[in-house]
Amino acid sequence: MNNLLLLIPLLPFIGFLVNGLFRKSLSKSMTGIIGSGVILAAFVISLVLFFKVKGSGAPIVVSYFDFISVDAFRIPFAFQVDQLSSLFLLIITGIGFLIHVYSTAYMNGERPEHFARYFAYLNLFVFSMLLLVMGANFVIMFIGWEGVGLCSYLLIGYWFKNNNYNYAAKKAFVMNRIGDLGFLLAIFWIIAKLGTATYSDVFAQVGSFTPTELTAITLLLFVGAMGKSAQIPLYTWLPDAMAGPTPVSALIHAATMVTAGIYMIARSNIMYTIAPYTSDIVAIIGLATAIFAATIALKQNDIKKVLAYSTVSQLGYMFLGLGVGAYTGAVFNVMTHAFFKALLFLGAGSVIHAMHHEQDIRNMGGLKKHMPVTHITFLLGCLAIAGVPPFSGFFSKDEILVGAYNENPLFYYIGVAGALMTAFYMFRLYALTFLGKFRGTAEQQHHLHESPSAITIPLIVLAILSVFGGFLGIPAVFAEGAHTLENFLAPIFAASATYNESHTTGHHLSHQTEWIMMGAVTLLIVVVIAFAWRAYSRREKFVENRGLGKVLENKWYVDELYDAIIVRPLHLVGGFIKDVFERSVVDGAVNGVGRLIQYSSRQVRLIQNGQVGSYILVMVLSLVVIILILREQEVIFTALRRIF
Amino acid sequence: MSITEIVFWFLSGLALVSAIMVLLSKNPVHSVLWLIAVFFAISGHYILLNAQFLAIVNLIVYAGAIMVLFLFVIMLMNQGSEPEPRSKSMWIKMAGAISGGSLLLVMVAVIRQSANLVVRNEANDIVPKEAVARVGDIGLIEKLGNVLFTEYVVPFEISSVLFLSAMVGAVVIGKKE
Amino acid sequence: MPIHYYVILSATLFCIGIIGVLTRRNAIIVFMCIELMLNAVNLLLVAFSKMHHGSLLQGANSGIDGQIFVFFIMVVAAAEVSVGLAIIVMMYRNVHSVDINFLNRLKN
Repeated sequence: MNNLLLLIPLLPFIGFLVNGLFRKSLSKSMTGIIGSGVILAAFVISLVLFFKVKGSGAPIVVSYFDFISVDAFRIPFAFQVDQLSSLFLLIITGIGFLIHVYSTAYMNGERPEHFARYFAYLNLFVFSMLLLVMGANFVIMFIGWEGVGLCSYLLIGYWFKNNNYNYAAKKAFVMNRIGDLGFLLAIFWIIAKLGTATYSDVFAQVGSFTPTELTAITLLLFVGAMGKSAQIPLYTWLPDAMAGPTPVSALIHAATMVTAGIYMIARSNIMYTIAPYTSDIVAIIGLATAIFAATIALKQNDIKKVLAYSTVSQLGYMFLGLGVGAYTGAVFNVMTHAFFKALLFLGAGSVIHAMHHEQDIRNMGGLKKHMPVTHITFLLGCLAIAGVPPFSGFFSKDEILVGAYNENPLFYYIGVAGALMTAFYMFRLYALTFLGKFRGTAEQQHHLHESPSAITIPLIVLAILSVFGGFLGIPAVFAEGAHTLENFLAPIFAASATYNESHTTGHHLSHQTEWIMMGAVTLLIVVVIAFAWRAYSRREKFVENRGLGKVLENKWYVDELYDAIIVRPLHLVGGFIKDVFERSVVDGAVNGVGRLIQYSSRQVRLIQNGQVGSYILVMVLSLVVIILILREQEVIFTALRRIF
Repeated sequence: MSITEIVFWFLSGLALVSAIMVLLSKNPVHSVLWLIAVFFAISGHYILLNAQFLAIVNLIVYAGAIMVLFLFVIMLMNQGSEPEPRSKSMWIKMAGAISGGSLLLVMVAVIRQSANLVVRNEANDIVPKEAVARVGDIGLIEKLGNVLFTEYVVPFEISSVLFLSAMVGAVVIGKKE
Repeated sequence: MPIHYYVILSATLFCIGIIGVLTRRNAIIVFMCIELMLNAVNLLLVAFSKMHHGSLLQGANSGIDGQIFVFFIMVVAAAEVSVGLAIIVMMYRNVHSVDINFLNRLKN
């Protein structure tokens, strides 16, 4: 069992080493087989573990060695597989495998060594992500956390010859670092307070924190989650991260890595449950992000940008769920979102592939008849994300919204508004891409084709999951106790549930109201979809956006704002240091040392005058000094001691 | 003051004055003559110390052979009359004199404190060791010859090789092209 | 005679030789000063030889080594002078001077 546990992260790591080290000698097919094979193997092992955990209900904790051991303080290198992490394991390895398979076709145009580099990075990412999820303490989680950040950077900048992509990679990396600092501080605080970072110990002793400390720690943890999961104010890196290859966007920037923040908060749910202020802040920031990103997505024209903002928005919903205590709903949404967002990204990738790297939806249209499989799966994905019953998004979003209503009805109404916007921009995207007439060049139209099976099969699998994934979490209103996921995850959130029951303040929604709300929302969504369909399916001309539309198209000018208040002043300070401090102080010191040595050596050179007489003179004087030192050491030393 | 001491002081004074005159005289020929005077004074010391063989060898080899060689060379170069040019700055000479003087000072200080040069006499007073004058026969040619041809015969022979090579070297260097 | 007298006499002669080497520029005089220094050492050796002969009395020949040394020094000095004077003669032939300040080839 120990070895089995270790194998899960080890296999992708081996894949990384093999693909990374032998990238020059491996053929493309070999690379693809190794890269995908290790993930498939990890998936199979994860499946075994999943059923084991499901059967026994007890977490499997295995400690391998002491990662840090100082006096009594130790951080074990330990893995923990319980309900939560086994679910994430399945998502990561399962969707990871599909995306690896997809990549073998999508990246086929690359040169072999770059192809292998891509797979090496992808495997390394999966390894880090598994480490993040499987770690039994915050430190191991942090290792994985940093690892996925690194891989994200490497993969965004995969086409490193394009400078803009490098900037995007740097932006993602720096934004993530800001969040990581918060996470790291939180870990330090926990260790300083409790002397341990192991989950079970920390959560058992959570009562020993004062409320202030707990609020501060959870806020710091949330700062980390903000960075990784692209929440306001650290979300701007995620849309830019679309510079990477599309499968990367699907895997890292939609399905897995960005949900690390959700995982972290879900993992430490008890701390958030008993830190009420933090929960409110998480909920508000999540909701704000959800709405904010949705408004931006309304006016984006890049197919991947729309999906990116949609991802940010969906992540906001998940944080809303976490903030209002609907942990199961948040994790549920992570799962369904992983399905349909991966599907949408891969579908977008398929479109981009067919359009020869054209990403502007204004130049698409009418792809329905050229790419039937992509079209159908994409449509299913759109329906799922829009929350049309009975697709998976409906259930997960509904659960979060119901949780929000229990906390504060206002959250609910705003959330519904966001959901309507989601439906609108997704169907705007769908209609512009697949319906109407083709608006691209004739050249592009000539090359339009359905993607190969390595691309379509993952699409079909993900479409099936998107359609039926929701039935894992049928709400109580339909059938009492049919929420499989809730039952499964119950041990993880047991402590929070117990606490909530004894401190319950919210009002509980009656089934009657819930039915009505569900019906009303569904109706609204359908109306919005119909509106978007009508408005965009025959659109031929695009007018310049004005007023609010222009602001939205420019993403509320947030990048410009950050540029003005953070980047420019830093540039100014940096410029000052570079021009004044560097030139006069640092360079002055360095050049001064050089000049001093040159000058003194010029002087010293005069001693070497070639006159034997002067050499003898020096010899005699040295003799005098040596004799003096030998004879009068005591006197000399006393005198020196008196001087110094 | 015994006759030995009188002779010692006389010879010492002669040696020092002559040595200084070697430095001071402008004419190299005069320097050579003053140096011969120094060698005579030192030979006198040797006789005082009953080292008769060395005294004679010193006179023959140094005062006789070597100094004559010097004189030959000086005359060969026709240097006798023209004095050394004095254009060189004074402070080099000052520096030389001062450094030499300080070396002397230091050495004298060392000698005065040296425990190896003193001994306790019967009254347990610290007195300097004596270099016995006019007694002892180790300086006689018989004794020295004995030691030289028994104990030191190998270095003696090697020194003959040294002479040979020096002779060859001198000839090679001095040969006109 | 107390050994100190001889030692100080020798040291003085030696230092006069050194001062000569340092101050004079005529190569022949410098060479003579070196001879002077050698003789100062010789005198010292003989004095110590007699000191040991007088104070140790370990045998009839004790201290004789010092005088043998002096003998060898004279031998070496004679050889050295022959070579040295030959070098000076050659130098004079080449630069028509015996000023040691011309001997600054070490500079390059």
